[in-house]
Amino acid sequence: MFIFILKRIGIAIPTLLVLIVFSFVIMKSAPGGPFTSERPLPAQVLLNLEIKYGLDKPYHEQLINYVVDIVTKFDFGPSFRYKDRSVNDIIAQGFPITLTYGIWSFVLAVSVGVSLGIVAAIKHNSWIDYTAVGFSISAQVLPNFVMAPILVIIFTLTLGWLPGGGWNGGQWQYLVMPVIALSTSYMASIARITRSSMLEVLNSNFIRTAKAKGLSNTQIIFKHALKPALLPVITYLGPAFVGMITGSVVIDMYFSTGGIGQMFVSSALNRDYSVIMGITILMGFLTIMFNLVVDILYAWIDPKIRY
Amino acid sequence: MKSITKIMAASLIGSTFLVAPVVAANVPAGVELAADQTFTYRVLDEHSSVDPQIVEDVSGSELVRDLFEGLLNQDADGVLIPGVAESWEASNGNLTYTFKLRSDAKWSNGDPVTAGDFVYSWQRLADPKTASPYAWFMEIMSLENASEIVAGEKEPSELGVSAPDDHTLVVNLTAPLPYFAAMTTHASTFPSPQKVVEEFGTDWTKPENIVSNGAYVLTEHVPSERSVRERNPNYWNDSETVIDKVVALVINDENIALTRYLAGELDRTEVPAGQYPDLKKKYPDQALSFPKLCSYYYSFNVSDSGPEAFKDVRVRQALSYALDRSVVTEQVLKGGQFPAFTFTPGATANFTVPDVAFAKMSQAERDAKAKELMEAAGYNADNPLSFELLYNTSEAHKKVATVAAQMWKQKLGAEVTLANQEWKVFLEVRGKQDFDLARGGWCGDYNEASTFLDLLTTPSGYNDGKYSNAEVDKLMTDAKTASDPSDNYTRVEEILANEMPLIPVYHYTGVYMMGADIIGSWPVKNVEQNWYSRDLYKVK
Repeated sequence: MFIFILKRIGIAIPTLLVLIVFSFVIMKSAPGGPFTSERPLPAQVLLNLEIKYGLDKPYHEQLINYVVDIVTKFDFGPSFRYKDRSVNDIIAQGFPITLTYGIWSFVLAVSVGVSLGIVAAIKHNSWIDYTAVGFSISAQVLPNFVMAPILVIIFTLTLGWLPGGGWNGGQWQYLVMPVIALSTSYMASIARITRSSMLEVLNSNFIRTAKAKGLSNTQIIFKHALKPALLPVITYLGPAFVGMITGSVVIDMYFSTGGIGQMFVSSALNRDYSVIMGITILMGFLTIMFNLVVDILYAWIDPKIRY
Repeated sequence: MKSITKIMAASLIGSTFLVAPVVAANVPAGVELAADQTFTYRVLDEHSSVDPQIVEDVSGSELVRDLFEGLLNQDADGVLIPGVAESWEASNGNLTYTFKLRSDAKWSNGDPVTAGDFVYSWQRLADPKTASPYAWFMEIMSLENASEIVAGEKEPSELGVSAPDDHTLVVNLTAPLPYFAAMTTHASTFPSPQKVVEEFGTDWTKPENIVSNGAYVLTEHVPSERSVRERNPNYWNDSETVIDKVVALVINDENIALTRYLAGELDRTEVPAGQYPDLKKKYPDQALSFPKLCSYYYSFNVSDSGPEAFKDVRVRQALSYALDRSVVTEQVLKGGQFPAFTFTPGATANFTVPDVAFAKMSQAERDAKAKELMEAAGYNADNPLSFELLYNTSEAHKKVATVAAQMWKQKLGAEVTLANQEWKVFLEVRGKQDFDLARGGWCGDYNEASTFLDLLTTPSGYNDGKYSNAEVDKLMTDAKTASDPSDNYTRVEEILANEMPLIPVYHYTGVYMMGADIIGSWPVKNVEQNWYSRDLYKVK
């Protein structure tokens, strides 16, 4: 197992390098640059800016300097658009926001989704099952950019209970709507995966044996059925977790939370090269890490899997 | 970015020694102030910086004008008033300017603001090591050696600015600029604290490090979410400041911002296109529309890479005539915008809108004339004109372009293809003359017609359509040294109305929803919208 983890981390480094090179090439091939503006800068002023940010050097040199700074100093460079801030600063301030609402969304999506799925499976073909399935289908077809305005109309404009957006240091009132809007579709998927996988497990031979042995329903479900039933859910949770904690541009835009999801998109529009790269690397790193975590969880849940 | 103000007014007063009254929040007698003096407003995007020598966007400059104070300020009408400088004087035929600084100006840490602070900051602005995107401002201010310093040929210490004593700033120019004093209201000329900048480097603008000399200090900043500025008790005129706290919330989408305004979370927000009449009806005391120094236009590509058809002046005129501006302003935008028949907005100081012929015709007459011109140019049903209209991706631009294309099709049978591009791609394509007809928007850098008309001179870097006319060039060059250039501007607009290198569509308005308790103190008459929170106040 230990060797397996080491091996996976070993693969992660070249993967990240490929990601960096690939993103760098795509980014540089987009028309315009960080200093392109409605009023083109005088040539000398533009040159001074390019010298300051090292953009006057050949591409391969820029790329090498970039990687060297990250490896030796963990320095992702200055932002070209927000000139008195570094990429490290931007991520250090934006990522905790995204992480906060992401983790809450994850907790909500998993707890509600899994419970809903289990209940629906146990009460298969009852009104509870139909309600749960109905709920999850409607939650899934309602994308968050539709969900968000609906929430605002209800909770802000009509009831006046919650602020229509902002972050304000992460007070709970500001968290409620982003968390609901972000988690519902994940919640729905989790519920449906749990339900169908639970149904399959409940109909399997070893559960029939357990029933024949006269075990109580609670024991059967929690001790025997749940673990194997969660296997497909776990597969889904890895990418879902990364998806939630790396932010959603819709949530950030709609609730003006200040998370990195919006930053990622605006940096691309601004051609803020270093910010684009920084967030890409962060997302890449997290994806690799959580895939690894999922693999480890697999081994724990399913004794058949050995690395 | 907009800044230099009332050039003409300044040129009249620039040569005499001047002491003007100080203006702070001008609360009329008998007005009862609200207990909570917090002003919360929406900004479209995260500001670029609050470093005076680095900032380059409008919302950042708004912050800098609150956090720092330059030599001079503008009042609610855009007229120059003292800032850190109490008085100023031009001598040596407008080649030397002397500013007398007030002795009670302090930084937020209690240190006095001295002439040396301005010398440092101006040298810092020109220094190629700073790489300020506004370094060129020192050049257009005509400071001695500015261009050489920006080019790295001379040391920043050789810039034409000096401090004979702590309260005297002397500036030497290479050209006699009558309006020089007005240029010191531009954010890039504001002082930055040398000690703090050198101690913290680029981190000096963080709330925990920043030291500033304006009416407010930066107390909180969450990038892309909010910035908070609060009263600076060391500000020399703090006793006459009313607003205690200013909160800028970043809300990218204007419809979302409007929702939050209606939920009572904001004191000011922009009104999305088309919604002004309804809002004005529902909230007559909160909806506000006032003229701004900005023009919306379509440029013809008349360069070699442009379509052959647009080299024919009759085609350009026909397209301009057939565009019914009132449909755009009254049925699409609905925010009190003004139909444009000249490039320069009528609200510009000392600009007389010329009686251009096509502005006086009725739309029916213009349509008839357009058809005639089009026929004469050889375009008809069998040989329709066809071209592409390029704009940057945005709902509002799309609406205007669709309406325009429809009119040209119906009235002139032209086949117009609409094309939109993401902002930076659009800028690059337009800058390389890779278009037929392209959308443009221009806001004046200062309140004077040349900020618009210079765009159409041959050497201008902003002349995307590559229009070139020797007479226009000469008139605009002469205007720089003329005592009253307004005739030149009128003549240039007449030439433009004839040659139609661009189609003026409309002149912008600022369209806001603003809390009924603060709307009365908003400087609607400052067409550049250089506003200072210290001049505002909330009533009960």
